[in-house]
Amino acid sequence: MTTTTAASAALAETKEAPVFYVADEHDHPEGSSTMLGFWLYLMSDCLVFAVLFATYGVLGANYAAGPSPKELFDLPLVALNTSMLLLSSITYGFAVLEMQKKNQNAMLFWLVVTGLFGAAFLGIELYEFAHMIHEGATPQRSAFLSSFFTLVGTHGLHVTFGIIWMITLIVQVWKFGLIEANKRRLLCLSMFWHFLDVVWIGVFTFVYLMGVLR
Amino acid sequence: MKLFRNIALLPLLALLGGCNAIVLNPAGDVAIQQRDLVIISTVLMLFIIIPVMALTVFFAWRYRQSNKSAPYDPDWDHSTHLELVIWAAPLLIIICLGAITWMATHLLDPFRPLGRTAPGQAVTREVKPLKVEVVALDWKWLFIYPDYGIATVNQMAAPVDQPIHFRISASSVMNAFYVPALAGMIYAMPGMQTQLHAVINKPGDFKGFSANYSGDGFSKMRFDFLARDDADFAKWVSDIKANGGNLGRTEYLELEKPSEGVAVRKYASVDPQLFHRVVNLCVQPGKMCMHEMAAIDAKGGLGLAGVNLVQSIEYDKSARRGSAPILAKAYVASVCTTDAPMGADMADVQVTPVSSTPLLGAGLPRPAATFQSFAPRPSNS
Amino acid sequence: MFDNPELMKAIFGRLSLEALPLHEPILVATFIAVAIGGVAMVGALTYFKLWGYLWKEWFTSIDHKRIGIMYIVLGLVMLLRGFADAIMMRAQQVMAFNGSEGYLNAHHYDQIFTAHGVIMIFFVAMPLVTGLMNYVVPLQIGARDVAFPFLNNFSFWMTTAGAALVMASLFIGEFARTGWLAYPPLSNIAYSPDVGVDYYIWSLQVAGVGTLLSGVNLIATIVKMRAPGMTLMKMPVFTWTALCTNVLIVAAFPVLTGVLALLSLDRYAGTNFFTSDFGGNAMMYVNLIWIWGHPEVYILILPAFGIFSEVVSTFCGKRLFGYTSMVYATVVITILSYLVWLHHFFTMGSGASVNSFFGITTMIISIPTGAKMFNWLFTMYRGRIRFEVPMMWTVAFMLTFVVGGMTGVLLAVPPADFVLHNSLFLIAHFHNVIIGGVVFGMFAGITYWFPKAFGFKLDPFWGKMSFWFWVIGFWFAFMPLYVLGLMGVTRRLRVFDDPSLQIWFIIAALGAVMIAVGIACFLIQIAVSIKNREKLRDWTGDPWNGRTLEWSTSSPPPVYNFAFTPVIHDNDAWWDMKKRGYERPADGFKAIHMPSNTSAGIILAGISALVAFALIWQIWWLAIVGFVGLIGTAIGHTFNYHRSFDIPREQVVETERARTQLLQTARA
Repeated sequence: MTTTTAASAALAETKEAPVFYVADEHDHPEGSSTMLGFWLYLMSDCLVFAVLFATYGVLGANYAAGPSPKELFDLPLVALNTSMLLLSSITYGFAVLEMQKKNQNAMLFWLVVTGLFGAAFLGIELYEFAHMIHEGATPQRSAFLSSFFTLVGTHGLHVTFGIIWMITLIVQVWKFGLIEANKRRLLCLSMFWHFLDVVWIGVFTFVYLMGVLR
Repeated sequence: MKLFRNIALLPLLALLGGCNAIVLNPAGDVAIQQRDLVIISTVLMLFIIIPVMALTVFFAWRYRQSNKSAPYDPDWDHSTHLELVIWAAPLLIIICLGAITWMATHLLDPFRPLGRTAPGQAVTREVKPLKVEVVALDWKWLFIYPDYGIATVNQMAAPVDQPIHFRISASSVMNAFYVPALAGMIYAMPGMQTQLHAVINKPGDFKGFSANYSGDGFSKMRFDFLARDDADFAKWVSDIKANGGNLGRTEYLELEKPSEGVAVRKYASVDPQLFHRVVNLCVQPGKMCMHEMAAIDAKGGLGLAGVNLVQSIEYDKSARRGSAPILAKAYVASVCTTDAPMGADMADVQVTPVSSTPLLGAGLPRPAATFQSFAPRPSNS
Repeated sequence: MFDNPELMKAIFGRLSLEALPLHEPILVATFIAVAIGGVAMVGALTYFKLWGYLWKEWFTSIDHKRIGIMYIVLGLVMLLRGFADAIMMRAQQVMAFNGSEGYLNAHHYDQIFTAHGVIMIFFVAMPLVTGLMNYVVPLQIGARDVAFPFLNNFSFWMTTAGAALVMASLFIGEFARTGWLAYPPLSNIAYSPDVGVDYYIWSLQVAGVGTLLSGVNLIATIVKMRAPGMTLMKMPVFTWTALCTNVLIVAAFPVLTGVLALLSLDRYAGTNFFTSDFGGNAMMYVNLIWIWGHPEVYILILPAFGIFSEVVSTFCGKRLFGYTSMVYATVVITILSYLVWLHHFFTMGSGASVNSFFGITTMIISIPTGAKMFNWLFTMYRGRIRFEVPMMWTVAFMLTFVVGGMTGVLLAVPPADFVLHNSLFLIAHFHNVIIGGVVFGMFAGITYWFPKAFGFKLDPFWGKMSFWFWVIGFWFAFMPLYVLGLMGVTRRLRVFDDPSLQIWFIIAALGAVMIAVGIACFLIQIAVSIKNREKLRDWTGDPWNGRTLEWSTSSPPPVYNFAFTPVIHDNDAWWDMKKRGYERPADGFKAIHMPSNTSAGIILAGISALVAFALIWQIWWLAIVGFVGLIGTAIGHTFNYHRSFDIPREQVVETERARTQLLQTARA
């Protein structure tokens, strides 16, 4: 669709001598489809989460005579955790703003801050998991716990990979500067990071809030 | 419709008359109605299929390259009238078929008690269906007759023209209960109960089997379905009463171990709670029944106190069919007597007390199918 | 150290010499044959010094045409394996009567039918479909490559890695004995404690990554890279079906990935998704896998529909009848394919209303499918039909597929399904649509586009032999199964006690043998065509008097496909160009920017296969090392910023001049 520019559409309408090829052609900018492709990947990832949410929806009340969300979830801790991830999204936004202003160092600074918030989020999540497992509420204990650990853990795994990716990008920007390819990658990671935020809001509402308030 | 059906039936029957096409020539009213549906749908679709096939051959022949006399119209690619016809014709067929499907699916729902035992033979209120509880074991079939207190393995009998109400479950993996002469199949699944209402109208010996692959011994998981008149059926029952053994929980646990090509076995007495325990995965002493677990879960679980209550729940999670557990476990035994987890004794628990009120999941209705039965249904138990 | 079991377990996990099936004479013989064949092939490649060529020009190639061809080769090789399984099943079912156990024990037979299903769907049909889309779509839309050429190479190697894992299970350990969808509880650790299901899970997970990425890739290609003038409603029908198929892939495969991940957690970590106790629910699995499984059927059949559309209008010398309704029918099928999954388990006891809803949605799919059938029919009407091999496949498809469609609608009526579900009638039905639709379509497509890919046509005599053996063999092999289904015979049975069934199995086996001859004829056809390639040579690039853009370039096309990006005015773009006096540009060429080859794809896929193998055998250290290596290699690859090069102007000029000369000789 994008290649169907107004000019060539106009050419196509010319009745006299039909034009059958573009004589004066410019190369497509490299990576012009990357954003679309990455978006498609995110949508497929979204479906993986949809499967996990659906599984939690079906199995989430099967405690197998074990503990239920009320005994296990510590809402203040999860609220703190959520704020870490939300803040990291905001700081990523700052990083992108700086990127557009071509302030490489400021951009890198915000990226590091984002990564630290992400790491804090992961740390709190791991603490929560460790605490639950220590109490005996392991993923093996009931279908509810299996689906809980898998849903939240898959999100955590995504955050982990996001952080690894972020570190890679920090190194790449630091070495090669804010070149086109790096900018594109930063925008892809930005989509990925915000996507994880949106998923987390779903997790927070659907799993934690509704679990405790029910 | 009926005449039309019979006419359509003739060539098909002639074609398959040579072989024993039991699906087209069954002995039970339910299977006969299902057969009719197969034929009606086929005939309806042939209205489209035959013209398409004929036209394909005709066009392929007529417009072959060597036939210079046929018209050639290389730019003809649209005709609103034709387009209307080619969308409307299948649509009309599907509307007919859809209506038939909707009605037939409801009428022939296996969970629905029979309305008739044969064309024109309505089931009156007084008629009590024969109850049969079916368990698909590794790799044989157990039939329990709760009304007679008897049980059999790999053979069942039923009186002709009397409605039969099957309750079906499995001990380990998924199977499907299928007697082609009697009625369509329904899955037999562990920890769950499916139902089938059917009737057999002709006396005779028929074959039944598992129609869903379940492991090594699956091919030999067959049984005899004996359709008998009332007198012969009574004789069959009294024969078992006279010569059979006892089937209690211990004997069941021995029976459920994997075995293939098992000969017919007969039991003159059966633990009346056995099927209930099979469905709820609690035949083994010390196991918590699934309906109890579901009741506890509906109240919000047992909290952290229930964390160690594991041995009394585990049924077949990590080891079965002779395999050793893959995941090493160090679970503590249950904290309360598992036959009476909430002070309720098994003896007090009747077959029916499973709550049919919907249980809530995290924001979603929980499928009631995980235990006892599927969604609340008309039941004549 | 060999008598320290703890140490051995730490090093080799579950892998031991016991894993080699030395006690199975059939497998030993197969292994010897494969080993001899393999050694001979490796020897020949070494002797003719082809390794470097293969590595540089094929394995590391990011050219969509080469990747497409490699996909098709993979599909054809795996077809031989999948078909060997089929023949073994047929032989077993012919023999196992009157108390005979046949020649296969349950342990072996159950692996065979599982492997047959898995291989035929994932490693035959999928690679063939993906291969053709990969080859044809960029050419049809006037693009020089796909949107993400490196990803394309990586996707291919991931699919191959999955196939390699399935093949490894033949000789190291065993494959799943669960049926091709591995329903729990049977596939859970309690009932399948061995490595079979793990092979199943990991080969599909690895291949699934490839399929998903290639789906993303082709959608981006079709959406972003169409030539100027090619609006959505001017896209060739094959490209349309490819678009819909890839949308289905992206929307369905994550569900498969998800549900298999849950099953592997149950098996590896002891979670409770599908166990009977602890609140798990096996019906979740059945639902989820069919939410993937049903769209998968349409993923396979839609491109076949696209091929038939191209073939029928080309060989009738006529515009496709009802292009618009064809496109809408495709889109409607795409959407509806998500609303029918429950028809695969009407017998699981959902209520009557649920069953009839899914039954009726299933029937509704037959309306657009019927419309397509009529569109092909009226394309033939007033055409000039040339009965070349691709057109023969198309007519055979039309006659065969309607029968499969009819029995499919029949199975969508829930009470009828109650007596036919899991029966051989069902087996006959889906082979009727998959062979009669997908396989016939793939053969039509391969024969149709072969001259484009290699510059010479396939030999028509052997093509016709293959065609007749396949089609007649198909009817002989599967019509008896319809009959057996009506006799109440169900699937996956290994032994029978009713001797009256045997004759039907014998007829079916004869049909299978005929199909085997058909496959042999196809292979002979390729050999004969290569031998006679000069006689079969296509100098023009347009051997069939084609209608779409791929026929406007040379056969085989240059690396860059088109020296100038074409401009499209009509949905039969090339037909339109020929009609309106298109002149090939003779000068004004420029350097062309193209992506460069890379070995990253094959390396990443190789490591993935290794990690999967380590996970299957629980060799934890290797899994961890491999996984870290995988991440490291992937990151390392991102440090390579120089992924493209320019084809110099002189080279383009030279290539195009050579073609001009060829065209002149051809004309003279």
